[in-house]
Amino acid sequence: MSEFTYLFRGRDTTASPEQMQKTMEKWVAWFKELGAKGHLKDTGHPLEHTGKVVKGKQKIVNDGPYAEAKDVVGGYIVIEAKDLLHAVEISKGCPILEAGGSVEVRPIQTMNM
Amino acid sequence: MVAVLTRIFGVHNLALAEDVVQDAFCRATEVWKYRGVPENPSAWLMTTAKNRALDVLRRERTARTYAPELGRLLQSEWTLAPIVEELFAPNEIKDDLLRMMFSCCHPRLPEEAQVALMLHILCGFSVGEIASAFVSRRAAIEKRITRAKKVLAGSKNLFDVAVAGDFSRRLPAVHRALYLLFNEGYHGASPESAVRVELCREAMRLAAKLLEHPLGATAPTYALAALMCLHAARLPARVDASGNLNSLFDQDRSRWDQELVDDGMKLLELSAKGTALTEYHVEAAIASIHARACRAEDTDWDSIVSLYNTLVELRPSPIVALNRAIAISQKEGPERGLEEIASIADGDRLANYPFYSAALGELEFRLGRHEEAGKHFRSALALARNPMERRFLNHRVGACERKDPYSQSQS
Repeated sequence: MSEFTYLFRGRDTTASPEQMQKTMEKWVAWFKELGAKGHLKDTGHPLEHTGKVVKGKQKIVNDGPYAEAKDVVGGYIVIEAKDLLHAVEISKGCPILEAGGSVEVRPIQTMNM
Repeated sequence: MVAVLTRIFGVHNLALAEDVVQDAFCRATEVWKYRGVPENPSAWLMTTAKNRALDVLRRERTARTYAPELGRLLQSEWTLAPIVEELFAPNEIKDDLLRMMFSCCHPRLPEEAQVALMLHILCGFSVGEIASAFVSRRAAIEKRITRAKKVLAGSKNLFDVAVAGDFSRRLPAVHRALYLLFNEGYHGASPESAVRVELCREAMRLAAKLLEHPLGATAPTYALAALMCLHAARLPARVDASGNLNSLFDQDRSRWDQELVDDGMKLLELSAKGTALTEYHVEAAIASIHARACRAEDTDWDSIVSLYNTLVELRPSPIVALNRAIAISQKEGPERGLEEIASIADGDRLANYPFYSAALGELEFRLGRHEEAGKHFRSALALARNPMERRFLNHRVGACERKDPYSQSQS
């Protein structure tokens, strides 16, 4: 078993409250399923779409990230799966895909000293 | 509210649940002072408690563990709000009450502790009120509740109402708690009022919930529900328009709620299935006999006495013995009633029960012994627990002083 992070993009933050409610219900259902199957490692959080970006040795601070809505990372979770292929399979259940968004599946790098 | 919060926070965080409820009530007193009471106060309280719960869950996201079944769903902003919202939905809350009631009936707790815990957490009874209901001492109840809470906090999760064996094992304790709750509302020891209809309604509502559950619809549950309906049917006459207490002999029976009587009779019939004969069956039967009498004089006291003979064996208690003695006095005369009262085992436990002295007073009054009667009523008056009881007993004291003649319809 290894750990993988899902980075979600394409979250629709302009949806109406009713739409948001329906979407949240789908997420809760998906989370419950992940939990029941033992895949859920870290439930992560949704992220607000704007914040700040701090860059470089000078530590320049800019507003950001400025990117198209579909490119901004809207949130993350960490799951446990046999391998990358398995992790990909599991990610297909994510509600964000129906909404036209995407899931980036990245293995967690185990750093050894 | 405590029930649903305990479901969210987990039974080991019961104290936290109680704190959040307390906070909600505090906020209510602050805000309502300035803005007035909202249209729907309980909804307001629920929403406040829910928001407070969300605050707590966010602030202590990783510091605490919550209900194991909910686990990580409470940690993430993806799921926190929707889950809490879902759990605060009315139909979920109804189940939580049942779950909480059964959770309080922890097998490691003696029955009295289970009931005390339920009355304290679910029904908001104070230690004093519970002590009166049990005809017990405050200090004993205090210890009982503290120990019980510790045991409850040690369990891993809230009772699962789906496990048949556990459910059936715990059902009798739940019955007893509901019975005591109803009793407290029907004829309680609260300093505000002898009759608190809300408590009766609460007990009836919970009993109805039990009946809805497939494992809960047993003969004793039907009997319990029957006796509640039959007693509750008399409430409109029990307390008259001026807020005065009227004894069974004085009530305007036309004010009895006929619908409740009918419901009670139906439930009594349903309770006749099976072979179990519980105290609830007997009490319901007694209540049904009263319900059938259009006037106090028409009451079938013979049957009532024989039912009390059975009840005294099923549930030997000084109060049951007292009620039996009163029934005997109706059937065989006041002198016999006095004999029976004198021979009550454990009679000293009734020393602080005003209606013990009142019964003695009543019987002496019927024998024309006004001075004796007056003494007893005055003792009873000194023990009265609320204005309603005081007015009732004062009235009797007055009758003794005036040496009113006894007539069947006026007692």
